[in-house]
Amino acid sequence: MGIEVNGKVLETDEEGYLANLNDWEPAVAEAMAKEDGTELTENHWEVIKFLREYYEEYQIAPAVRVLTKAIGKKLGKDKGNSKYLYELFPYGPGKQACKYAGLPKPTGCV
Amino acid sequence: MADFETPELKEIPVIPKIKEGTMAHSKPYVAKAEFQEPLGYPGELVENWEEKAIEKLGELKGKYRSLQVYLDACVKCGACTDKCHYFLGTSDPKNMPVARQDLLRKVYRRYYTFAGKYFPKLVGAIDLTKDVLDEWYSYFHQCSQCRRCSVYCPYGIDTAEISMAAREIMDSIGVGQKYCNEILGKVFKIGNNLGLPQPALADTLEGLEEEVEDDTGVPIKFPLDVKGADILLVTPSADFFAEPHVDGLIGYAKVFHEAGASWTMSSYASEAGNFGMFIGSYENMRRAARRIRKAAQDLGVKRIVFGECGHAWRVAYSFLNTLAGPFDFLDPNYPVPQHICEYTYDLIQQGKLKFDPSENDHMTVTFHDSCNVARATRMGDKPGGQLEIPRAIIKTVCNNYHDMAPDTIGEATFCCGGGGGLLTDDLMEIRVKGALPRMQAYKEVIDEFGVTNIAAICAICKSQFSKVLPYYGFGMTDIVSLHQLVSEAIILSDAPADDDEDDE
Repeated sequence: MGIEVNGKVLETDEEGYLANLNDWEPAVAEAMAKEDGTELTENHWEVIKFLREYYEEYQIAPAVRVLTKAIGKKLGKDKGNSKYLYELFPYGPGKQACKYAGLPKPTGCV
Repeated sequence: MADFETPELKEIPVIPKIKEGTMAHSKPYVAKAEFQEPLGYPGELVENWEEKAIEKLGELKGKYRSLQVYLDACVKCGACTDKCHYFLGTSDPKNMPVARQDLLRKVYRRYYTFAGKYFPKLVGAIDLTKDVLDEWYSYFHQCSQCRRCSVYCPYGIDTAEISMAAREIMDSIGVGQKYCNEILGKVFKIGNNLGLPQPALADTLEGLEEEVEDDTGVPIKFPLDVKGADILLVTPSADFFAEPHVDGLIGYAKVFHEAGASWTMSSYASEAGNFGMFIGSYENMRRAARRIRKAAQDLGVKRIVFGECGHAWRVAYSFLNTLAGPFDFLDPNYPVPQHICEYTYDLIQQGKLKFDPSENDHMTVTFHDSCNVARATRMGDKPGGQLEIPRAIIKTVCNNYHDMAPDTIGEATFCCGGGGGLLTDDLMEIRVKGALPRMQAYKEVIDEFGVTNIAAICAICKSQFSKVLPYYGFGMTDIVSLHQLVSEAIILSDAPADDDEDDE
């Protein structure tokens, strides 16, 4: 499987997550969002940016409370909760946002 | 969103007319070599797989005599046929427990019984072919190993053991399930199902300490890798990561705090769950379980307490001593291991915890018995304690509680639909359909008693419900952790006095 971005086909896993983290560029998120019929706003980008920064430091996506806290600080307290994140990423912030950010899918009982 | 139809909730539960083959297309992603090999399995289908599979079946039935009994004993009485949530939700007759068992039984008969060897057609014995293998892969991943059928089987045939054996046979010839095997690999490499490394775990727990102190004014600790602590808490890694799980973790921390306990978590054994059981692999189950022993020894703890995780409690309660024992280095005055519900309940009995149950007055709660806890374990020192103790805790911390229908709870509980290694997006259809009986029972108590929330003590149940509740028109956040209710109602004796006024 793969996803076409700027004329290149990037390898993805069975569920459409990027196979190689380093293949990521903003256009990847755009392309994935387009497939889902989502338009990426600035707030989406804040989440994606944070996910990538966190992953770079910790090699894992942030836990939901780490994410909501960080987003609350950036976008305002009323947005620092999973309800808001689900509005942004209806398929689930953990999974959909990770996918757009080029991170592997979180595994386990989540 | 979904390319399947969510079953309709009826006024009363209906046993569906059979529709053959409706779920024959369902199968999870197959594990690639990178997920097979770390578990000791071949990376892809081996050349002489038929022979190897039959050999493995022979080995397993020799090692586990129960398996041979289950394969021999069925008289096709039909008592199990309408007991499986996956049959009730899909109408596919191969999801009747007897039919699921027969997938393996037919092959067993062909190679290991006199009649099957010489008169296969007379006894429904068949050769192991690629089609049969594909059918195994599909339907043995439509069983959550919840063991409800075995409660109704007059011979006590345990379909879960047959499913586990089938998965072990498939793994041994190179056909594993990606979800389970990738996760087990992460446990061996990093310490938990999520692959949450120590620094991320430490950062997450630090964040929780800040959050809880902001919220309560009390410096509640979430200790990690503290040598010499009395209690090692082993909890599913979902408790660190997801909602509503994390609210349960906050509840445990508040209980430990209020009890004045010295406790810690371990980054090495940062997972209660043990997917080795789901894939029927004694070796991998043992390998995961031994991490807990090592952590307990390295940290020098006196007790081990397990957090809210259904199958973990089965492995812990029923198998831990044989897998990773003896635990003679732990304090014999306490159960080895102990469940967090037993821990909290004991403190309640001793009058050491104070609650304001009105904090939960905005909810009317029901309790979903998790299959592995209800049917494979116990809590406390009386039969049925695993059913009574969680309810007793909820009733202490909540004013409004109603049980669901008796044939859907307790030892007859319906699975959430996502257990046994099926909690993966590639199996969403079977997960949603399999949740039907539970959703039906939940709807009944909503309609009759105005129930607003459903509590559980299993990470899988919690994740499964938050995913499937919306398919049936319920709220994603209806599902709560049991210790989340405890967390809301507990009175922290060192809380600042003006706490109440803040709310007004």
